[in-house]
Amino acid sequence: MDTLKLKERILGLVPDAEFQENKPFPTFIIPSALLHNLAAGLAGDADLAFDFLFCLSGVDMVSYFEIVYHLESTTHRHQMVLKVRVSDREQGFADSVCDIWRTAEFHEREIYDLLGIRFTNHPDLRRIFLEEGWNGHPLRKDYVDDINIVER
Amino acid sequence: MKEADFRDNETLELFRKQGGNILVTTLDAIMDWGRSNSIWPLTFATSCCGIEMMATGAARHDFSRFGIEVYRASPRQADMIVVAGTIVNKMAPVLKRLYDQMSDPKYVIAMGACAVSGGPFFYNTYHVIRGVDHVIPVDVYVPGCPPRPEALLYGVMQLQRKIKLESLTDPRKTQNLK
Amino acid sequence: MKEVVNLPVKKIEEEEYHINMGPQHPSTHGVLRLVVSLQGEIVKSLKPHCGYIHRGIEKMCEKDTYPQIIHLTDRMDYLSAHINNHAVCLLVEKALDVDVPERVIYIRTIVDELNRIASHQLWWCSFGMDMGGLTCFFYGLRDREKILDIFEESFGSRLLHSYYTPGGLMMDIHPNFQKGVKNFIHYFRKKIKDYDDILTGNIIMQERTKGIGVLSREDAISYGVTGPSGRASGFSCDVRKRHPYALYDKVDFREILGTEGDTFTRYMMRMDEMRESMKIIEQLIDNIPAGDYSAKMKAVIKLPAGEYYQRVEAARGELGVYVVSDGSKTPYRMKFRSPNFSNLSVLDHISRGVKIADLVAIGGSLDYVIPDIDR
Repeated sequence: MDTLKLKERILGLVPDAEFQENKPFPTFIIPSALLHNLAAGLAGDADLAFDFLFCLSGVDMVSYFEIVYHLESTTHRHQMVLKVRVSDREQGFADSVCDIWRTAEFHEREIYDLLGIRFTNHPDLRRIFLEEGWNGHPLRKDYVDDINIVER
Repeated sequence: MKEADFRDNETLELFRKQGGNILVTTLDAIMDWGRSNSIWPLTFATSCCGIEMMATGAARHDFSRFGIEVYRASPRQADMIVVAGTIVNKMAPVLKRLYDQMSDPKYVIAMGACAVSGGPFFYNTYHVIRGVDHVIPVDVYVPGCPPRPEALLYGVMQLQRKIKLESLTDPRKTQNLK
Repeated sequence: MKEVVNLPVKKIEEEEYHINMGPQHPSTHGVLRLVVSLQGEIVKSLKPHCGYIHRGIEKMCEKDTYPQIIHLTDRMDYLSAHINNHAVCLLVEKALDVDVPERVIYIRTIVDELNRIASHQLWWCSFGMDMGGLTCFFYGLRDREKILDIFEESFGSRLLHSYYTPGGLMMDIHPNFQKGVKNFIHYFRKKIKDYDDILTGNIIMQERTKGIGVLSREDAISYGVTGPSGRASGFSCDVRKRHPYALYDKVDFREILGTEGDTFTRYMMRMDEMRESMKIIEQLIDNIPAGDYSAKMKAVIKLPAGEYYQRVEAARGELGVYVVSDGSKTPYRMKFRSPNFSNLSVLDHISRGVKIADLVAIGGSLDYVIPDIDR
């Protein structure tokens, strides 16, 4: 399915989605409340069939967090990117997509550990790399750690 | 390796005690010969240096000819621990516990730049311990990233020289440098 | 008179207990802690605890320039170090639209495939050793030394060379490179038959691996298991075929797919992949064109603001590099989609109901390298 048809389908499913130009894959920014339903639709639909989540990353843009989902379809071979913005830095929440793509379990734990975004309905949300009692979330841009980090 | 090059480490000669207890020198010699030629290490490799350690144990650079016959999986049965790889904050208590579980006499070789001083991960990271000597006392440092198998063998030979300086009356008192 | 009191008796077999295959263990291939919940000898569930080699590479990348990042990606999955570097180099070259000389592309493809063979050799030797066959350890490492000799002559070190740079290579190959590689292929084609004789046909090994740790195709896609482990379940995920880079669309090689998805199939995938890699190298080694070993790049590499993504096929699966750049000389955010992270997430799912000794075989067949999980 080419980019234009994909854009039509996604904008048909979620009219509030914002399409970003000039990105390596067709990229849509969607409101975080609609994430889970859209994800279930993308995975379940026969024409779209996005069954392979090949990258789940979190980016700290200083005023908000961005969670980026890179999706691919193994049958139709098209790819797309979904982005969700979380503006609350202290108690940010996003929907978990573990029930749709099982690989999200570990990736969402990593995002919680390093950036501090919580995921609702996650079966086991706890830190994955750092110890349980670690203070702070290191990948944030405002993370300061005088004891451990030697700056250069 | 030439004898003259091997004896290039003057600090080790300083450790040798002046005078000494003539009653136990033969016993010392036998004990040190036995200990230095059969050091059995613990299987402990965290990252890339572990591969070079495995290569040192393989067929081309065999360190079984230096007395390191087998690797022991349990720390209770091991003489030495070769810390090969980066040690991070989460791993440090584990390493300390392993070291404490080993029985005396025990030796430590810090292999690779990460174990010596933090290596390529010195700057800008929040989780790496900059040198394993912050956790356990180290006997021999082998620099390199990763050190060649021949470098690790040289480190083992230096450790053997260090062990040969021990004595029954004065075990492991190498800190008393006068 | 004594009274007889009937105390409630609990059968021992019904209790579950937890054991710790701790961070220091001969067969976890690195520092991985598995808390295994057992009933007798059967595994009921397990929880992997990672982070014992988490060095914060992604945070370090935000302060390093792109050529400096090459040294860090080397140390992530150190057994396919060149392929990791290839991903970052391709990303930078595509972003800056650099015309890389043909010679560089040929050499990069050949060295990638040599690295893949070396990585699978090490996998084979540790897989055999974990199952008890110590001979495999010596055979695999002996043959791997031949590849490391070639690398040492041309690139200067045995492991972790940082040979690729954005724009080309660090230096030109040694004049003996082609002869060395051809001799190696000639030698290894004979030796790989020995590998089959020792381990593949061994009845104990087959009993221990056939039917153990079955992963279905849907689960492989859902868990994101790529590489030989995913292809063993029928998931056609070879990045060299689906999104070709370097010269992979110009050489003739098969994508090897299996159907059963058990440990033995994952084993056979890697053995066949070694043969296919040798086939790729043979097609390219005589035709390396003359030319420069690097394109002309500016002294300070700055990527234009935006997002970039590059996928390559590492020895263990699909490695993805996602860069968000703000136009400066260091990336704003660099994320590595590591293949071993997803491969590990499936370990719990496929090892329900196996014996604890089989857990070692399954872990060996998934072939994870822990520093790549923890980055």
